[in-house]
Amino acid sequence: MGVYSCYARRYAPLVTMPITAPASPADSAGGPPGTTGPAVGPAHALADVTASDSALRRFLHGLPGVDAVGLEARAASLGTRSIKTTAKAYAIDLAISMIDLTTLEGADTPGKVRALGAKAVHPDPTDRTTPQVAAVCVYPDMVATAKEAVAGSGVKVASVATAFPAGRAPLGVKLADVREAVAAGADEIDMVIDRGAFLSGRYLKVYDEIVAVKEACGTDARLKVIFETGELATYDNIRRASWIGMLAGADFIKTSTGKVAVNATPANTLLMLEAVRDFRAATGVQVGVKPAGGIRTSKDAIKFLVLVNETAGEDWLDNHWFRFGASSLLNDLLMQRQKLATGRYSGPDYVTVD
Amino acid sequence: MSDHVSLSGSAARRLSVFKTYKLYVGGKFPRSESGRVYEVTDSKGNWLANAPLSSRKDARDAVVAARKAFGGWAGKTAYLRGQILYRVAEMLEGRRDQFVREVAEAEGLSKSKAAAQVDAAIDRWVWYAGWTDKISQVVGGGNPVAGPFFNLSTPEPTGVVAVVAPQESSFLGLVSVIAPVIATGNTAVVIAGEKSPLPALSLGEVLATSDLPGGVVNILSGRTAEIATPLAAHRDVNAIDLTGADEVLAKELEIAAADNLKRVLRPQPVDNVVDWTADPGTHRLTAFLETKTVWHPTGSLGPSGSSY
Repeated sequence: MGVYSCYARRYAPLVTMPITAPASPADSAGGPPGTTGPAVGPAHALADVTASDSALRRFLHGLPGVDAVGLEARAASLGTRSIKTTAKAYAIDLAISMIDLTTLEGADTPGKVRALGAKAVHPDPTDRTTPQVAAVCVYPDMVATAKEAVAGSGVKVASVATAFPAGRAPLGVKLADVREAVAAGADEIDMVIDRGAFLSGRYLKVYDEIVAVKEACGTDARLKVIFETGELATYDNIRRASWIGMLAGADFIKTSTGKVAVNATPANTLLMLEAVRDFRAATGVQVGVKPAGGIRTSKDAIKFLVLVNETAGEDWLDNHWFRFGASSLLNDLLMQRQKLATGRYSGPDYVTVD
Repeated sequence: MSDHVSLSGSAARRLSVFKTYKLYVGGKFPRSESGRVYEVTDSKGNWLANAPLSSRKDARDAVVAARKAFGGWAGKTAYLRGQILYRVAEMLEGRRDQFVREVAEAEGLSKSKAAAQVDAAIDRWVWYAGWTDKISQVVGGGNPVAGPFFNLSTPEPTGVVAVVAPQESSFLGLVSVIAPVIATGNTAVVIAGEKSPLPALSLGEVLATSDLPGGVVNILSGRTAEIATPLAAHRDVNAIDLTGADEVLAKELEIAAADNLKRVLRPQPVDNVVDWTADPGTHRLTAFLETKTVWHPTGSLGPSGSSY
């Protein structure tokens, strides 16, 4: 449990938390932030906070502030755990199975997407015991190609949508983007929030947009909501964005697009893991987390897995609830896996060049 | 305690500034990842300094650095590589006294004999600096073939070379095995002699200030067998020079190196009693070169049988 969140929990009853109608009997329960007694259904317990722009703002600004120093110290100290031998082998295989193998370039070709699909199904063709990755992540126009490439394998196809990565398009365009991707067979949609609206305080607009996209996803596609934490400026904002996303029905909250200078860091991922833990405690609804961008080595990936286990708990140690958005990470994991299998350090000549 | 008083008086005694010897990896001077050190003594057993006791992870990191530096170094013109090697000689000349002292302590030589060793080492850099843009004329060229083709062979660097530096000659021997490897565009991971690594670690400081890109030479100190074994087995190392390995170790390393078909430069029988001051020849240059041959059509031959 995070250092700062012990703190937050202890003082939660003292903080003004206008999260429910004043008459709510659970207000005095003194549970974690947002606790309003036993869950009665997805996010129902918190239904009131999204009733109006001002209610949502009151709720978000009533969330306990983030102790930035404590958060970073906690993330750094969890990064020093030594994971060796069998635990390391387990962690490497788990990390491989959690990867959303991603290609989001203007220069993507059908050939490249097919190659990526083949790699997703058999990450290491020389060792068929290597687990599959969780999904391939592509632009909407490549969904059909990707779907074909991973057909029959159980690897999912995720598509970024809503005018990724900037998100600066009219809502109609964003929704059309999502519907096209879902129609082409995408199993998961990665949307970006409207950071401009968020930073100017129009939280309900952000919320409404996520709700609309969730609706466009239908019942089949899971929705990942990207906050672009590198553009949110403060940890408090990341916490607020996380709660907006979860309240709006996100299946996953995701750090970043990978297109800006600062992407997933242990600290902002830790913060989001605490948010999903607290959200489940409050509502009974489990939400996944996906750090994306900048995770390139096995060592980094294992640090994130430690964060997951120590913060959200074992329930999240599964690719249904935790993902890595990455491309070069897979090669490093494969080289580490080969090292464990053969005892010899491997090299980039023994994995594919993407 | 009476020193206190004398401090204010005549020539104040300075506290000595001890040098912390560190590894040279990727252009930086890290301590060993393992945090270990070992005691280095002079030939009479007096303590000189603590040197880092590298682990296999230091070796792994050094290979990553060497691989990263390889493309840039191999891509530089041979002429520029020659200039940089010459620059190393210039820098060494400026720190000659330091190296004379370190070599004298490490090998138990008199000052004049150590000076001769250092001078020879500096000259060795100049020798190999001259070879960088000449070796391709010696081992490459146009080949006569039976057909309407130009057939041209050029030598290219092998890649990342692990170098087990000689155990006895701590500086001249060291330079004699590093310089030929990098002269042709390879990058090197060097294991300094186990007993006397200090001149090698100081050489890192010279290389760092000689326009040599970081990672081209990486210098590790520690137990030779401990570091050399993972390097010989490492699949991202292209060649290994076994000069400083004893017979048993050399055999073991050669077996490990076979896995990814590394080029191996075996310790020659003469190397065991090697006279490092002798003319080095070109065999250390050519040991880590690959030959690329290009066939190019001459165009249609005229009635005279020549295209000209």
